Amino acid sequence: MNFFHFIWQNHAQVLELTLEHLWLVGWSTLFAIVIGIPLGILIARHPGSSKPVLTVANIIQTIPSLALFGFLLPVPWLGDRADRLAILALTLYALLPVIRNTYTGIRGVDPAVVEAGRGMGLTDSQLLFQVQLPLALSVILSGVRVAIVISVGLATIAAAIGAGGLGEFIFRGLAMVNNQLILAGAIPAAILALLADFSVGWLERRLQPR
Amino acid sequence: MTGELGYAGAHHMPPTASERPAIEFVDVSYVAPGGQPVLSGLNLSARGGEMLILLGRSGSGKTTALKLVNRLLLPSAGEVRVNGVPNSQGDVIRLRRSIGYVIQDVGLFPHFTVERNIALVPTIEGWSPERIRLRFSELLQMVGLDAAMASRYPHQLSGGQRQRVGVARALAADPGILLMDEPFGALDPLTRAELQQEFLALQQRLCKTVVFVTHDLREALRLGSRIALLEAGRLVTVLAPKDFLRSNDPLVSAYVKAFGDGPEQIGNRGTE
Repeated sequence: MNFFHFIWQNHAQVLELTLEHLWLVGWSTLFAIVIGIPLGILIARHPGSSKPVLTVANIIQTIPSLALFGFLLPVPWLGDRADRLAILALTLYALLPVIRNTYTGIRGVDPAVVEAGRGMGLTDSQLLFQVQLPLALSVILSGVRVAIVISVGLATIAAAIGAGGLGEFIFRGLAMVNNQLILAGAIPAAILALLADFSVGWLERRLQPR
Repeated sequence: MTGELGYAGAHHMPPTASERPAIEFVDVSYVAPGGQPVLSGLNLSARGGEMLILLGRSGSGKTTALKLVNRLLLPSAGEVRVNGVPNSQGDVIRLRRSIGYVIQDVGLFPHFTVERNIALVPTIEGWSPERIRLRFSELLQMVGLDAAMASRYPHQLSGGQRQRVGVARALAADPGILLMDEPFGALDPLTRAELQQEFLALQQRLCKTVVFVTHDLREALRLGSRIALLEAGRLVTVLAPKDFLRSNDPLVSAYVKAFGDGPEQIGNRGTE
C-alpha cells in the first residue's frame, strides 16, 4: 500500500515528529498534574473556592486552541520558543480534567470513612495521604487519562505556530492537498492517544484499592 | 496506657460505676451552621465506667451531643469536660486518640485490611510492631473475630463482622472512653442481639465509660446503666432502665408506648 510505503520511506521523520509530539504532551501533562492535583485538593478542602477555580478552568477549555496559541505568541519569554508556548497552552487545557477529577474524587470519599478517621484522631495530612488520596486515586487517574488524550489531539495544532510534532505532517498535507501526508500525522497521533489511554487505564486498575 | 494495664485496672475496680464523672456537659448548647438550635442547655454527665445511653428520635440532638465530646463539633455555648478537664483545652488530636469512636456506618477504611484498620491508631501513635501485633491478637479475641480475618478487606466481611472490627479498632489504643453512635443499628435482629450481649459483657469486663447513642428503646434498656432521653435538643430526664419503664413523665411514657409492647415484654439489663 502507498501509505505504508510512504511511512517506511520517511520513518526517520515520522519518528522525530512523534518524539517532538511526546515532548509536548509529556511536559504539559506533568505540569497539569503538578499544578492540578494540589489545586484540586485545595478546593476540595475549601468548598467555597471550588466554583471560581473550576469556572476559570472551564472557560480556558472553551478558548479555541488556535486562538490560544496565537494569544500567547507575543508573550516575551514564551514567544521565543514555540515549544514553550505550546507546552503552556496544552497545560492550560489539561488542567480542567485533572482539577475536576481530583476535586470530585476527594469529595466522593464516603463521609462515614472520613468522619471515622477524623474521630479517631488522624491529623489533616494523615487523613489526606492515608485515606482521601488513596480512595480518590482511580478517579484522579481517570482525569489524567482524559488530560493526556486531549493533549495528544491538541498538540497537533501546535504545529501551526511552529512547535513541531505530528501536526507538521497534517498541516503540510493540508497545504499540499496530500492525503497521505495528513494520514502520516493523524494515524500516529491516534495511536499515541490510544496507547496513552490504555497504559494509564492499566495503571489505574493496578493501583485500584481493594 | 497499655492493654495489659487496662486489664489490671479492670480487676481492681469495683464492677459498679465510680462516681467521678468521665464526661460532663455543662450548659451546652449547639446551633447548627444554618442557624437552627440543635442542643439547648444540656447538663449531663457520664460516670466513670458506666454505659450512658443517649436515647431519642431522629433530630433530638443525640448524635450532636456525642460529636461534641471528641470535638468533631464545637459547642456554641457551655463546655464539655472529659475527665474533669474542658475538652477545648489541649490538643484535639490527643483528645480524639484517647477516646474510642464507633459509628453506624462503621467507617472502616475500605483500602485497609482488617489488621491495618484495627492497628491504625497504635501505628500512628508509634507503637513498636511487636506491641501492635500482641495488641492486635488480643483485640481479635476480645471482639470474637477469627485470626484468619486479619488479611481480609472490609467488603469481604459480613455486617456483624464489620461492626466487630469497628469496636476492636475503637478499643485499639485502650482508651478509657468509648463513643458509639448507633453501632448496631444496621444489623439484622439476631446479629444485633448477639453483638449487644457480647458488647455488654466486654464493657463490664473492661470497665470503659461508654456513651451510646440509639433510638431503639430495647437496646437502651438492654445495655444502659442509665438512659438519658433527649427530645428536640433538650434533656428530658436521666433514669436507670428499671425506672424508665415506670416513669410518669409524659415524654418518657410516650416513648415507651411508641415501642408498642408493654413494659413486661421489653428485656431489661441483666434479666435477659
